[in-house]
Formats: sequence, C-alpha cells, structure tokens
Amino acid sequence: MDNEIIDKVAGEGDDYKYGFVTDIDTDIIPVGLSEDVVRLISAKKHEPEWLLEFRLKAFRYWQTLEMPHWAHLSIPEIDFQAISYYAAPRTRDKAKTADEVDPELLETFEKLGIPLAERNQLAGMAVDAVMDSVSVKTTHREKLASMGVIFCSISEAVKDYPDLVKKYLGSVVSYRDNFFAALNSAVFSDGSFVYIPKGVRCPMELSTYFRINAMGTGQFERTLIVADDDAYVSYLEGCTAPMRDENQLHAAIVEIVAEDRAEVKYSTVQNWYAGDREGRGGVYNFVTKRGLCRGVCSKLSWTQVETGSAITWKYPSCVLAGDGSVGEFYSVAVTRNRQQADTGTKMIHVGSDTRSTIVSKGISAGYSENSYRGLVKVAPNATGCRNYTQCDSLLLGSHCGAHTFPYIDVMNDTAIVEHEATTSKISEEQLFYCNQRGIPTEEAVGLIVNGYAKEVMNKLPMEFAVEAQRLLSVTLEGSVG
Amino acid sequence: MKEDILLEIKGLKAELADGGKEILHGVDLTVRPGEVHAIMGPNGSGKSTLSATLAGDPRFNVTAGTATLHGVNLLDLAPEDRSHEGLFLSFQYPVEIPGVSMVNFMRAALNAKRKYFGEEPLSASEFLKLMRRKREIVELDNKLASRSVNEGFSGGEKKRNEIFQMAVLEPRLAILDETDSGLDIDALRVVAGGVNKLRTPDNAAIVITHYQRLLDYIKPDVVHVLYKGRIVRSGGPELALELEEKGYDWIKEEVDNQKDSAI
Amino acid sequence: MNALDQYIDLYEANAATVSAHSAGALNAARADALELLKRVGRLPHKGEEGYEKTSVDDMFAPDYGVNIGRVDIPVDLAAVFHCGVPTASTWLGAVANDKFVPTESLLRNIPEGVTVMSLAAAAAEMPDVVEKYYGRIASEERGGTPLALNTLLAQDGVFIHVCRGVKAAKPMQIVNLLSSPVPLMAVRRVLVVAEEDSDISILFCDHSRCEIKCLASQVIEIYAGKGAHVNVCDMEESSSGTSRFSQLFAEQHDGSELKINGLTLLNGITRNEYYIVQKGSRAVTTLDGMAIGNGEQHIDNFSELSHSGDHGRSNQLFKYVLDGSSSGAFAGTITVESGARFNEAYQSNRNILASREARMHTKPQLLIFNDDVKCSHGATTGQLDQNALFYMRQRGIPLAEARMMLMQAFMMDIIDNVGIDGLSERLRHLVERRFRGEEMMCADCNAKHGV
Repeated sequence: MDNEIIDKVAGEGDDYKYGFVTDIDTDIIPVGLSEDVVRLISAKKHEPEWLLEFRLKAFRYWQTLEMPHWAHLSIPEIDFQAISYYAAPRTRDKAKTADEVDPELLETFEKLGIPLAERNQLAGMAVDAVMDSVSVKTTHREKLASMGVIFCSISEAVKDYPDLVKKYLGSVVSYRDNFFAALNSAVFSDGSFVYIPKGVRCPMELSTYFRINAMGTGQFERTLIVADDDAYVSYLEGCTAPMRDENQLHAAIVEIVAEDRAEVKYSTVQNWYAGDREGRGGVYNFVTKRGLCRGVCSKLSWTQVETGSAITWKYPSCVLAGDGSVGEFYSVAVTRNRQQADTGTKMIHVGSDTRSTIVSKGISAGYSENSYRGLVKVAPNATGCRNYTQCDSLLLGSHCGAHTFPYIDVMNDTAIVEHEATTSKISEEQLFYCNQRGIPTEEAVGLIVNGYAKEVMNKLPMEFAVEAQRLLSVTLEGSVG
Repeated sequence: MKEDILLEIKGLKAELADGGKEILHGVDLTVRPGEVHAIMGPNGSGKSTLSATLAGDPRFNVTAGTATLHGVNLLDLAPEDRSHEGLFLSFQYPVEIPGVSMVNFMRAALNAKRKYFGEEPLSASEFLKLMRRKREIVELDNKLASRSVNEGFSGGEKKRNEIFQMAVLEPRLAILDETDSGLDIDALRVVAGGVNKLRTPDNAAIVITHYQRLLDYIKPDVVHVLYKGRIVRSGGPELALELEEKGYDWIKEEVDNQKDSAI
Repeated sequence: MNALDQYIDLYEANAATVSAHSAGALNAARADALELLKRVGRLPHKGEEGYEKTSVDDMFAPDYGVNIGRVDIPVDLAAVFHCGVPTASTWLGAVANDKFVPTESLLRNIPEGVTVMSLAAAAAEMPDVVEKYYGRIASEERGGTPLALNTLLAQDGVFIHVCRGVKAAKPMQIVNLLSSPVPLMAVRRVLVVAEEDSDISILFCDHSRCEIKCLASQVIEIYAGKGAHVNVCDMEESSSGTSRFSQLFAEQHDGSELKINGLTLLNGITRNEYYIVQKGSRAVTTLDGMAIGNGEQHIDNFSELSHSGDHGRSNQLFKYVLDGSSSGAFAGTITVESGARFNEAYQSNRNILASREARMHTKPQLLIFNDDVKCSHGATTGQLDQNALFYMRQRGIPLAEARMMLMQAFMMDIIDNVGIDGLSERLRHLVERRFRGEEMMCADCNAKHGV
C-alpha cells in the first residue's frame, strides 16, 4: 500500500473532538504526594477512620515500590510529586437534581453526548458523570433504587452503605497488587459503586463517564461492582480528556464481584486524549481491572475498545473461582502516531469446569507499538477447564510494531487450552478488490478494519456499538474521507 | 441363557454422561445367530446412542437394564473387551487418527484379541497375508492401508475401511451405524457386498439406517422402529418398505397419541 | 549462596592451568567473559523473564568438579561405537565429557574439504579460521552469564568445518558421553562453520553414564554461509541425575537453509536455548523440538528466532508429552526486524498432559516491526483425543496400548521431519520404546544407564 495513503489514513491526529477545556472554578490541592496529602483527600471527602487507615496502609506500601518495567512500553520517568491528586469543580454539594448542577458542567457533558438534565436523559441508560476527582451527577437513581439497585458514586456509598463497601473494597484488587493499584488505593478520589441485589436483572445499562478537565492533575477513580446471587448488570465506561501538551496520569481500579449465577458485562470505550502526531501530550492510562467470579456458574465478560491514551497498561482479568464460572475478554486496541499499548487479560481458572474465551484484535499504525499480553492459568485442582484464545494483529504501515506475549500455565491434565495468534498486514487482495469496485483506498481500509474488529464490536451494547464503530473509523481515517 | 440367543437387551436406559439427559428410555431387543436386524427411525430417536452404548462409549451412562452377548454381560466390560467378545461397531463417522498407520493399528487390534484368548501374536508375514486377503473383500486400495487411520480418506473409503476392519476381526455381532450415509451407489454396493460375504450362520448383524436403500442390498430378517428412545414397532422386511413409502410421521403420530391417551 | 561464585573462584585460582590445556581463541575470550560474570554477578534465577520455570542458578549450584587439569577420566568408548544409528551410516566421533575423541574410521574416511577435530587443536593449528568465528556468533547480549561461564571455562570441544561448495556425503555423528566417578561439570564448545554452498548434517547424541550427578554446559555456534545447508539433530538420552544447559547460536546468510531438531527422549533437568538470526535474505529455518517427560523430568526449550533479511521463512514446531510429575516449559519468540520485508514466520507448540501431576508452561511470542509479514503462532495444551481412544478400544486395542500409540503418533510429524537419512525409522523405534517405558539407550548398545 502507498505510504502516503497510510500516512493519510493513520497519521493525522488533530481530529479529537473531545479536546476542549471547560472553564470552571476548580478546587485543586497543591501538587505532591505525602501522608498529609492522603489525609487531606480523606478529610475533604469526610471519610470515616477505617477508610483513611486503608489509604495510609496503601500509601506506605506504595512508598516501598518501584514503577514496573516489564511491559513492552517505553514510559518516560513520571514525577509523582509533580501531580495534583485532587481536583474538584467548585460547586455546592453533589446535585440532587439537574437544576442544581453548574450550567458549565451540564454544558460540558452535553457536549460529550451525556445529557444530565432530567428532560434529556438517555432513557435506557443511567449515568454517573465524574469530572476530575468527583462525581457530578448520577441519573435515574430513584428508579433503580425502587428495585433495590444501588448506583451512586463511591464517596456516597462510603457514607450510605459502609458495610457493603467495607466488605468488598480491596477484596478483588488488594492495595498490594501492583504499583498503580497501591497508588490508587492511597489517593482514589471518586468513581462508581454498583450493587445489584439477589435475583435482580438491572433494567437499564449503567454507565460512568469519566472526564479529566483540570490541568496538572491525575485521575484516580475506583469502581466497585457487586452482583449478588442470580443478578445481572451491564455496565459501560467512557472517558475523554482535553488536548494538552503535558501528559496526564490516570490510574484507576475496577473491582467486580459476581456471586452465584450472577452475570456482569463490563464494556469500555477508552478514548482518553492520545497525544499529538509527534507524541506530545496524552494520557498515561495505567489501570487495574479485575473481576472475581466467586459464585458457581457466575459470568464476567469484559469488552473493550481502546483507541485513546498515549500509553495504555491494562489487563482486565477474571479470577474464575466458582465452579462452572465463565470469563470472557473481547478487545480491540488501535494505536497510531506514537501511541503505545500493552494490554490483554488474565484468566485464572481456580474452580472446576470453568471456561474462558479471549478474543483480541490489535491494529497498529504510524509509529505506534501495540502489544497483547495475556495469562491463562489452570490451577492444579481445577478439573475440566477450557480456554480458547484468538489473538490477531493487523499492521498498517512499516514503522509500527505488533507484539504478542501470551503466558500459558496448565497444571491440570483435564484442561484444554488453545491459543492461536496471527500477525499480518492489511490484505492487498482485499484492498484491490475494494478498489476495483470503486471504493477508494482510505475508505477500503476503514471497511476492512471494521470487518476485522466486528467480532468484538458485536459484543458491545447497542448504545455503545455505534459510537465505537464511528470512533474506530475516525481514529484510523483521520482527516480522510 | 438360551443357546440360540446372541444378543439380548432388556430395559436398557442410557443418558448423556455430561448433563444426564436420558436418551434411551428402555430398549428391548433380541438377536439370534444368523439374523440381520434393521433398526430404523427418525433423526434423534436414539439409534446411534444405542450402538454407542452397546460398544461402551464413555459419553453415555447406562442407568438401567442389561445387555448380554452370547451370555456375557457386556455392560461390565471395557470397550476393548466387548470388542474381543465379538462386538464390532462400524462408526457413522470413523475417527481420523493421524500418525497411526493402518497396519500398526490393525496389528495392535488383532494381536490384542489373540492375547485375550491366550493365543500367540501373528507373525509379520502371516499378518500381512491376512491383511491382503481381507482387503480384497471390500476392494480396499493397498495405498489406503499404508496411510494413517482414516486420515484423508473420502467418505466412501472410510466406510470401506470399516468393513475391511470387520473382515479382519471377524466379529460375532456387527453393528453398522448409518454405514450407507454419504455413499454413492457403487460404494454402497461394494460395502453391502462385503457385509454379505462375511455373513455366516453363527454371526449376526444390526443395520442402523434411515432409508430402505441399504436394505435392498443387505436383506433384514427383522425390522425395528426406534422412536424417542424406545423400540415402538417391529416387523418383517415389509415394514421397511412401508416406512419408505409413508415416512415416519404416521408412526410418530400413533406413538404420540398413545402417550397422550395414557396420560 | 550464589552458584556462580564457585566457578569464578575456581577459574581465578587456576587461570593459568585452564589456558595451558587449551589454545588460541578459546583462551583469548576468557578475560571478557570473566569481566561480564563479575559485573553481573549471578546466573538467572527461576521466575526471571525468560526463565519462568527453570533456575539456571540451581542447575549450577551443586559443587561440580571441572576437569581443568585434563585428567584422563576413563570412558568406555566401546559403548559409543555401538551407538551408531544402524540404518544411518555416519562418520562417528565422540566427546568424552569435554574431550574430543575421533574414531579410527573417522580419521581415515573423512573426505577432502571436511574437517572434524578437537576445537582446542583447531584453535592452535588454524588460529585464523577459529578466531574468525569463535565467540562471534554467540552474542553476550543474548547468551548472558551462562554463555560467559561456558566461555570462561571451555577448554575443548568439536570443530567442524566444511569448505565452500563441499557437500558432505554422510552425516557426522558426535556422541557426547558424560562419565565420571565424581560430580562433574563438562564444559563443551562446538563450532560449526559451513562455508558458501556447502552441505552438512550433524547428529549429536547425548548420553550420560553417571550414577552421580553431572552437568553438561554446552554452547554450539553455527555459521551458515550463503547458500549453505546445515542440518543438526541434537538428541538427548541421559539420566535423571543429569542436568543439561545448552545454548545454540546460529547465523544464516543469503539463501542458507538451517534445520535443527532438538529431541529430548530422556533426561533429568534440561534447558535448551536456540538463538537463530537470519542475517541474509531468502534464508530458511526449521526448528523442531520434541520432549517426552515422566517421573520428575524437567524440559525447558527457549527460542529466539530473528528475521533481519528480506523473504526469509521460518517454521518452528515444539511438541511435548508429559507424564508422571514431569514439567515442561516452552518460550519462543519470533522477531521480524524493522526493514525486513516479505518474511513468513510460523511457530507452533502442542502439548499433551498425560497425568494429573504433569505441568506445562507456554509462552509463544511475536515481536513484529514491519507490516510486510505473515506470522502466526499457536499453542495448545490438552489430552489425547478421546474419540480416537474409543475408536481404538472398539477395535479391541487395550486402553494403555491405545494411549501409547496415540502419544507416539502425536510425535510422528516431528520424527518424519528429521532430515537425516535413516534416522526417522530409528527414532520411531526409540520413541516407541520410550513410551513403553523400556530400558533404553541410543540404538543397540545394551549398556544401561548408570552402568
């Protein structure tokens, strides 16, 4: 394929339509990280003593750690003392009705396609809107509450449902898990809390929209989802950030617990600002996501479309502890320009007759580096487990890299574990075929890539699928078309 | 045990080993030496389950009933010992085994049987002679015999290979599970011809089939209809012709109505 | 305690003796190796990247003696001479621990243009040739401290050279025999130089006859010149007390074809590392590995195959059957360098776990820096085909026999693909005996292990 076309298709980076900044008075604490800062964050949020203790333990442990370097990423030195760990739009307490929300904020989320005002709210979806460190508004709360579903910011949950939070917080991702998990546990600001009671099928999609706005801050949100016996929930996560020349740090934790026969579907469309063509700016996205299928026959399904961030380091994982539980991971990761992504999953088979499926589609363009890293582990006493992994990489252009690092550990002879991976460039034959039918190359690339990613896109809820598909085309087609 | 009974099945019930769904709900069948029985029935009636269960396929669990072959309790035996006792199953879908040559495969099978009866293994030349003689029965190409078991065989070649193996092992009871499926008319004639050549007054065959077609070549003495895991009707060869003409719907209706009235 | 220290101490106390019993290039390389070892200070430990399941430190930790004084350890070479692969007529030589021992017939029959001799002798007699290649194909960056340790202590081994355009008519067979009354580390070094358009096949047979513990540290360097064909089969049939740490480095030039078979039939603890670089264009590489484990055996294969020329092709296939409490590991990386166009690279790892206690760890990796590629890898870990087992039992083949036949069949494509005439049939027989659990020794020699 013509290099020029590849450049056209994959090179442009100025089409990020979420790159605006909201001009709003922000309460932002001075940069730096110390025990005092941790105490300050906790105090600002009026937290109970046990949570402060949790944070301090995590912070002390974090101080003993060094940043990990095993991923296939080149991460510039991050000065953790040059970041502000708390920034909140300066408004009254969290709005109960849309009228109480600052009009600037309403407008911001309106622009992002997330109407918060009562009359405009998306019918089939409840949204928790998080700006920098705090939750601004959660929609449809009353309707959900009538079914016993709790959907609120985690700060509110700490106040209103302390026993639930205490029981589950850190139960899947310990603060000792890794460097970024320790950091998050020390300074996490807000995020969403979801509890679906026994036997309830959550009637609408739950969604959190994360927005970084303030300059020089990091975002450290924490999401906790608990699906009790026989419950079902589909949860969506979206995110954007303004275009800035500096890098911004995002280190989140998502914990999910699925009890007996519960099913949780977690979808992400990650579109943090990716930096410009030369790799200036963009979000460092270091996320720990893990779900525990604790109950028998429980199911957790991760679907992610990763198009943003300068650097992505994230491995949404499933611990399949309950017998007969099922884990799934469907991922499309697109990198272009100077983006780097090291992403994948871990499927830990602890229970018997557990099954997991991994489908990963990587697309690299420009000067980017795109890696799949995954672990499939079958514990000695887990009998009858199955895993199937399909991991494909598509290369657009000769300056990018596509890498595959699967780790497969089988300690039980009744397991069947299969891994298949391919790497190739976009097919000349397919392009020519499209050309012959009159489709220009740029458009043809978009078509082929969308076809290539379809298996994963199909797993997204309807509300997201359209947006994700559009994103994929925009990301790759740049200014062409 | 009566002297003249070869296979006797009484009240046989079987279910899927994973999941426990019962497929055979109590089958009774008696086959005498020299007889050919045909078992017909619509899709999903349990025909293949019956043959697999008799052969000891681990995918099925027997939950009730008995099955004896010339007085020997089949259900207590490992699949290989059922084979030695004279049960041969011609698979509907013969399994491909890459890397195992036909020659090694048949030698292992034959010598295991000889050992079971306390006989010495065949010498290499005796064995090859036997293979050659038996190959002629089904007109099996010598080239196929030197390949891996069923690997890359066409549908017809696989079925011929099944009958060839039957010729080598000389079973007391052969169960031919849909041996006619996927065969063109020439292959059908060859396969059926092979089966007929192997018939003796001492052995017997059960032919499982959908269609009358195969029964034009292998003449049955008794025809059974298996439906919903039970034998619902037995008769002479004319039953097969009737089924060919009228299909299975009338039998289904009859049976289903009977059930309804029973409730 | 650091396993490396004892060897550094040993060398520093006996540096003069080590060099006195060796020559030229081998001695010249020691200073740099010592510097690296002191700088890094340790051998890889279990759990480090690339060494997930094997601790090199533990392998080298026992207090092995190294025969730096070149004391003659009596070795029953008669057994070696029985070890010829009967169906393959070969030129036969032996390495007793680390000392090269040619046979009479080898010396008599080796044709013009082919050289097989002691590496130390070659370094002395034709220093310019040995210097040109020794330690140049093995790279410090890849081989790390294990390579440096071999370089530090290697005193002898085998040198094989094939002149430009010479096609060796018969395969070379080198029998490596470990035998010692005390725990011994044999430090072997092999240098194979196949000049332009030459053609050579080499069969290495590793045996150990030690009741006590032995460790073989082996480094093989292979230079495949333009259009050269090199075929190497490296077969291990040792014993449970044997550890083997082997590194094979190969450099391929335009149009060369390299085929390597690593066969672990019987062993104690084995780590094989393969580092292959396609420097030239249109190079073809085949790398196959077979591992059969039971008891407490541990087999770890590690490969790094790098394409830096255009139109290169490579194919890797590693198969394991693990029974008992044995453990296997495979880590393979294919790299297509930036600027290397039109490459095709495939890698496959298939494993069967035949018992509850067997373990397999797999890590196939692709590192692709160019879009004009076709690459794939696949890995499966599972059991024997249940449908095939039932089919065989229906025909009267007892379960144990059917399992054995299927395990053997599983290895058949590797066995059939061994490029040395007559070796496939022999291997079939050996693999069958191995799966039957019969006492074995390469070919017909009746010597049993530990005699």
